[in-house]
Amino acid sequence: MDDRAIGTADLSLPEPRLAPSDESALLDRLRAGDETAFADLVDRWSRTMLRVARGYVSTDASAQEVTQDTWLAVIRGLDNFEARSSLKTWVFRILVNTAKTRGVREKRVTPMSSLVIDLEDASPTVDPSSFRGPDDQYPGGWTPSAVPQRWEGDPAREVLRGEVRTLVSSAMEKLPERQRSVVLLRDVQGCDSDEVCQILGLTPENQRVLLHRGRASVRTALEGYYRGGAA
Amino acid sequence: MSTERGLSVSCKEVVELITDYLEGRLSEERRADVEAHLQLCDPCVVYIEQMRQTIRALGHVPLDSLSGDAKSTLLDAFRARTT
Repeated sequence: MDDRAIGTADLSLPEPRLAPSDESALLDRLRAGDETAFADLVDRWSRTMLRVARGYVSTDASAQEVTQDTWLAVIRGLDNFEARSSLKTWVFRILVNTAKTRGVREKRVTPMSSLVIDLEDASPTVDPSSFRGPDDQYPGGWTPSAVPQRWEGDPAREVLRGEVRTLVSSAMEKLPERQRSVVLLRDVQGCDSDEVCQILGLTPENQRVLLHRGRASVRTALEGYYRGGAA
Repeated sequence: MSTERGLSVSCKEVVELITDYLEGRLSEERRADVEAHLQLCDPCVVYIEQMRQTIRALGHVPLDSLSGDAKSTLLDAFRARTT
C-alpha cells in the first residue's frame, strides 16, 4: 500500500465538506468493501485524528491506539451508520469518545477549571500594549511600534518544513485542549463549524470563541517569527 | 495613522471581531462598522491578511500519520468485514 514518508504535506490540505450525493456514494463504496476508498479515508483523516486524540491521552502510542480503535469501530459500525450526521462527524465523534475514555483510564483528565478558563478567559488576543490608551488622540489604535507589518514570506509554503513548521506545530501544541481541537478540526482538517460543534459538543458561539483564541495564538507565534526575522 | 476620528470601532476592537467577521457572524451593523474601519485602516487590513495567512498555514501543516503497521492492520480488518 501507499506508505508515504511521515511528514509529507500533500495529504494535509483541508478538504471541503462532501456534497450529500458524494457522501452517500462514498458510504456505498465503503459498505461494498472498496479498499481504495477506505485506505484513502484513513490517509486523509488519521493525521488530524492522531493530534486530536493526543490532546486527551498521555502518549503518542496511546493516540495511535485510539485512532486505530476508532477505525476498527467504524468498520464494525458501517452497516448500522444511519447517516444522520456526516460520515466525518460520526468518525470524529467516535474518536473523541474513545480518546476521552482512554484519557480517564490514564488519569489524564482535564480539570474542569481549565475547561472553563479556555472559554471564559476574555483577555485580549493581542497584547493590550499594542494599542493607544483611552486618552490618546486615537484611542484603541495601533501604537507606532506595534503596527502590523506585512510578512516577508508565505507561511502556507514555509510551514511545510523547517522552522515555521516547528513553530506552528508547537504553537498548536501549547493551546488549551478545546482550542486545539477546534483549530485542528476547522483549519487543519477543514470541517465546517456545524461539524465541529457536533463532534465536540459545543454551541456555535463557543466554537467561534475557541477558534478565535486558537487562531490568534498561532498568528502571534508567526508574527514573532516574521517580525523577528525582519529585525 | 491607524484610526480615524468618527470610526465606531477601534483597531483594538477590530482584532477581536475578526473571527466573527470572517465567519459571517457579525450583525449587519457591526459588519458595516468593521468594513468602514478597514477602508481607512491599512494596519488592520494587514492584520486580517495575517489571520488569513495563519489559517492557510494551518491547512498545510504536515502532521505525522498512522504507522504503516497500523494501516495494514486496519486494511486487514476492513477486508475481513466483507469476507
